[in-house]
Amino acid sequence: MGKVLMKGNEAIGEAAIRAGCLNYFAYPITPQSEVAEYLSRRMPEVGGVFLQGESEVAVSYMIFGAAACGARVFTTSSSPGISLMGEGISYIAAAQCPAVFVNIMRGGPGLGGILPSQADYLQATKGGGHGDYKLLVMAPASVQEAVEMVMQAFPLSEKYRNPVMVLGDGLIGQMMEPVEFPEHLRTEPSNKDEWATNGMDTRRSNQRNLVKTLYLVPEELNAHNLMLKAKYEQMEREEVRFDTYNLDGDYQVLLVSYGTMSRVCRTAIDNLKAQGLEVGMVRPQHVFPFPHKAVYEAAARESCRSVLCVEMCMGQMLEDVERSVAGRRPTSWYGKCGGEVPTPEEVMQAVKSLSLKS
Amino acid sequence: MGKTFARPEALAETITHYCPGCTHGVAHRLVAEVIDELGIRGRTVGIAPVGCAVLCYNYFTFDFQESAHGRAPAMATGIKRVRPDLIVFTYQGDGDLASIGMGEIVHAANRGEKFTTIFINNAVYGMTGGQMAPTTMPDQRTTTSPFGRKAAEVGMPIRVAEMLATLQTPAYISRQSVIKPKYITKARKAIQKAFTYQMENRCFSLVELVSTCPTNWGMTPVDAVKWAEEKMLPYYPLGEFKTPA
Amino acid sequence: MQSEVQFAGFGGQGIMLMGQILAQAAMDQGFEVVWIPSYGPEMRGGTAYCTVVISDRPIGSPIIRNPQHLVAMNRPSLEKFAPTVKAGGVIFINSSIIPIGSGRGDVDELCVPIIEIAKELGNTKVANIVALAAFGTRSRIVEFDILREAVRSKFADKEKLIPLNLQALEEGRKAALAS
Repeated sequence: MGKVLMKGNEAIGEAAIRAGCLNYFAYPITPQSEVAEYLSRRMPEVGGVFLQGESEVAVSYMIFGAAACGARVFTTSSSPGISLMGEGISYIAAAQCPAVFVNIMRGGPGLGGILPSQADYLQATKGGGHGDYKLLVMAPASVQEAVEMVMQAFPLSEKYRNPVMVLGDGLIGQMMEPVEFPEHLRTEPSNKDEWATNGMDTRRSNQRNLVKTLYLVPEELNAHNLMLKAKYEQMEREEVRFDTYNLDGDYQVLLVSYGTMSRVCRTAIDNLKAQGLEVGMVRPQHVFPFPHKAVYEAAARESCRSVLCVEMCMGQMLEDVERSVAGRRPTSWYGKCGGEVPTPEEVMQAVKSLSLKS
Repeated sequence: MGKTFARPEALAETITHYCPGCTHGVAHRLVAEVIDELGIRGRTVGIAPVGCAVLCYNYFTFDFQESAHGRAPAMATGIKRVRPDLIVFTYQGDGDLASIGMGEIVHAANRGEKFTTIFINNAVYGMTGGQMAPTTMPDQRTTTSPFGRKAAEVGMPIRVAEMLATLQTPAYISRQSVIKPKYITKARKAIQKAFTYQMENRCFSLVELVSTCPTNWGMTPVDAVKWAEEKMLPYYPLGEFKTPA
Repeated sequence: MQSEVQFAGFGGQGIMLMGQILAQAAMDQGFEVVWIPSYGPEMRGGTAYCTVVISDRPIGSPIIRNPQHLVAMNRPSLEKFAPTVKAGGVIFINSSIIPIGSGRGDVDELCVPIIEIAKELGNTKVANIVALAAFGTRSRIVEFDILREAVRSKFADKEKLIPLNLQALEEGRKAALAS
């Protein structure tokens, strides 16, 4: 299969199959229902499991049950649905089960709107459900990158025995772009006999496995949390991933942006260059772990006068950007909400309105 | 003469954490006996609820998952869909199944998921400290219905077995009790049928077990059995409400 | 070089499909492409539109406020989007149901009675393919042979529809060349 023109949502569904995941549970919600529609036809073709659950809450536990008995499994949803899954995600993280969640974000809060948004950044990167836990969060900026990230998400979730989230805005799900499904990203599921409740006969053992999240003894729960924390710290050491644009020259402004928004910024950067203003960009590809060091170093460049975080929300990633820049440069935010996607012209205007005196 | 009463292999050798007079232990034993009898311990996965039985995995010797409040049927669905060869059961109380998890149990039953549910109905929330359950009897006092359950305010108790039996999808739905030996024998038979139907991949199966909670009812175990027999059994009649064709 | 095409009309006029075929053809010709739909409640019977961005470089912003070209399949779309089209672009007008022009002197306006043409072919459903061919011929964004192949592959699983759609394609081209 060479390059094909595919809608993001369908490509995401296909990518999971190509990655070796044949189990999908979901509940419909705009703007990502096409994943379920696609897989309801496709899973039977490949001998996989497709089930439409009765709610996002139930779906998150179908994922939990399937993951806990050792299957590769994933679901897709959009913002309000992800909130409902938050409960299950917390349990899955606590129980250390690998699973993949795709959030094709729409505008919020509440029912919000159905158009693209990036307003679930904090929910995705800082936890989302109750308790101390983190997800590894991948943020694609194109349909091709969404495909690759979905395919990489499964082995990553197994490496860390932790849920991985692919965080895309509505445009990632809705737009069509040429995609290829890299054969080398197909992986074998890891052996989970050590912990999965896959039946003692399956693993030829007389030792039962228990998947649980209740620790009534405070010392035990503290130790469990410390162990989880160590995993998140390992992610921070090993899984930072980012892309840069126009960072070679003497840029005066550093943009930090991710997902579809970063593409708008790229166009703005090109246009500003033509007008004689150099602007660079760091684009986090993983938003947890966040590329703090890369943003700090880019902001600290001598030519850089100002840092601007551009998001389709009211300034959520800004908190991480400010933490990275650590006061070294003036740091501000530009963005829009509710399905309004800032145009390159608007980003250019936001850049020009920054004070660039040294 | 050989040994006539031994601990089932599926039951762990451990000291109970349940209160004196609690009937969870009986229900656990029945499940363990049936699993032994059917020879399925090596491919069984149990799902613990939230409530007194959250730690029920401590009493069994096969794979177990611990669920969130009410979500056990969704977890069981996830397991059975990806591993139809495993034998899966949920063990749930009345707060867990009939209140917060009502959506999950209804839809799992209606989809005809091929797992078994053991539903403990003791008319009260146990672990959280004796609050009113959907199955609490009219005028029954609990810590959140201190003047007795008033049907005019919170409705009548839900008869889960009857309600699920109205679903058109084939299923095995039975209500039994574990409060006296004469009921226990029938309860064991029902549990055995439920697991057998699952092994034959025939249908969803649920056995509701009318049970006691002397601690939260504020009674001695003996009085609790009497109360259950007099108050609960007339409202929660025993028998099979649905059998697969 | 980058060009953007906005397709707009009523839901049910095959707006999304036109865009997808153009995007497919552009991809087959070696360009970078993005196709973006309008989605949600307005799809159900109201206005429908989609944008196709075609470029010889990786595409930055997929959100286009001022497209190079417009294919207007009904009057409200023409009225809404004609003012946004960049000077020098093509504005295609479905003159079967749009009695007015774009009012723009700085664009290349192409009016084709696609519904009548489709009716003569025996099926008004192919009016969108007539329009796509006419627009493709005038704008020359993609090679016509590649566009033809894209139509063929789009209907690959409904093979008996292919001859009719290819005919529609030819008629659309003729109409564009004649006007």
